[in-house]
Amino acid sequence: MQPFAYACPNTLADALALLAERGPGARVLAGGTDLIIRLRDGSASPALVVDIKRVPELAPGIRNEAGTIVIGATTTMTEIAASPIVRRHAHALGEAAAAVGSIQIRNRATLGGNICNASPAADTAPPLLVHDARVVAAGPTGVRRIAVDDLFVRSGITTLAPGELVVAVEVPMPASRIASAHQRRTRRRGHDLASVTLACGVDAAGVTRVAFGSVGPRPLVRVDTSGVLADPGAPDAARADVLATILADASPSATSMRAGPEYRLAMLRVLGRRALAIALERLAAGEQ
Amino acid sequence: MTLTLPIELTVNGRRRVLDVAPQHTLLDVLRDDLGLTGTKECCLVGECGACTVIVDGRAVDSCLVLAVEADGAVILTVEGLSSADGRLSTLQTSFLDKGAVQCGFCIPGQLMSAHALLDLNPHPTREEIAEGMAGNLCRCACYEQITDAVLAASEAGR
Repeated sequence: MQPFAYACPNTLADALALLAERGPGARVLAGGTDLIIRLRDGSASPALVVDIKRVPELAPGIRNEAGTIVIGATTTMTEIAASPIVRRHAHALGEAAAAVGSIQIRNRATLGGNICNASPAADTAPPLLVHDARVVAAGPTGVRRIAVDDLFVRSGITTLAPGELVVAVEVPMPASRIASAHQRRTRRRGHDLASVTLACGVDAAGVTRVAFGSVGPRPLVRVDTSGVLADPGAPDAARADVLATILADASPSATSMRAGPEYRLAMLRVLGRRALAIALERLAAGEQ
Repeated sequence: MTLTLPIELTVNGRRRVLDVAPQHTLLDVLRDDLGLTGTKECCLVGECGACTVIVDGRAVDSCLVLAVEADGAVILTVEGLSSADGRLSTLQTSFLDKGAVQCGFCIPGQLMSAHALLDLNPHPTREEIAEGMAGNLCRCACYEQITDAVLAASEAGR
């Protein structure tokens, strides 16, 4: 690994000041499961690595603040997967966190890192999109909230401004509860990224949200307000048509080593059906 | 110019004070500075699990942890599993009894993942073992024997 300087600020102000001062020469380190690989292969070569794990505002933790689940940016996948409040109110997010990598990776990988890395295959992205989550970003000009759907641009690129840090992720707990489920295909459980990653959420009003990743440059979310997907009595053919429309913008790479586009599109439909069925079961069972 | 930073680790119960370069991983420091070569270097991308150690009670890939990040941490490596007089732990003995060790290269990582698993879940099922150890590859494909060994250690109360 090329040499770099290391800073571990204890306050948000110090972290933001370092990022402002060093600009693109600084990289943020959270769980390191992406950054340290890039430092080693030379695809990232910052002069300064800013470790944000001792900034109190970004500390790990999952709390209920007035009807919103607030998840600190450095909360690990292990913590999210084990969280009762996540399982109860954003079931798909808990399932997705449990599907990331291996135990060793989940013990280090953070929610903030998973989002900011903006991998099209990020497993937490589809559940966050289904649950209409937003990130709290702090920067030189103050704090703002960005809908997760407005955050992703393409692999590695977000709409965060230079010098901005994700402090926390907020997942609303609406009065009309969203029952959700996450599904994933991968070549080998425990190691590989998702070939397809998908979440589905259904609420009592009959609105169905489906979000999917690893089938295009960024994760996408689509909403069915017709009520057809959420109607357990709807004919299979009608639901298949709506699902096909919802998934129509998937555009998997023709050259990915992980899976061919035909396979990904076929699995996307299968996972969509499965996640929808599980979400409907959970809605019927009164789960959230 | 290589700047170093002072860190303090507790490794296998022993306090260690070191100066480390920021670009050195916990794996580098365990092996090269502390001479604890039981922890193996292999894929360096967090896929194989050969470098697994336990940091503050949690199994991690030490190739994906900067040593400076571990400042203040309590670390258990494979050298810390046996007793001071070199007697193997029940878990280690189970690996030998069940023929789980063929070439042996992945075994320190397998042992640390198994140790962490049994700490959290003293009586895992085969499925829970498969999930708990999914981050450790064995090129000799001793997965059945390794699972048998973890089950045997669990039954023996480790």
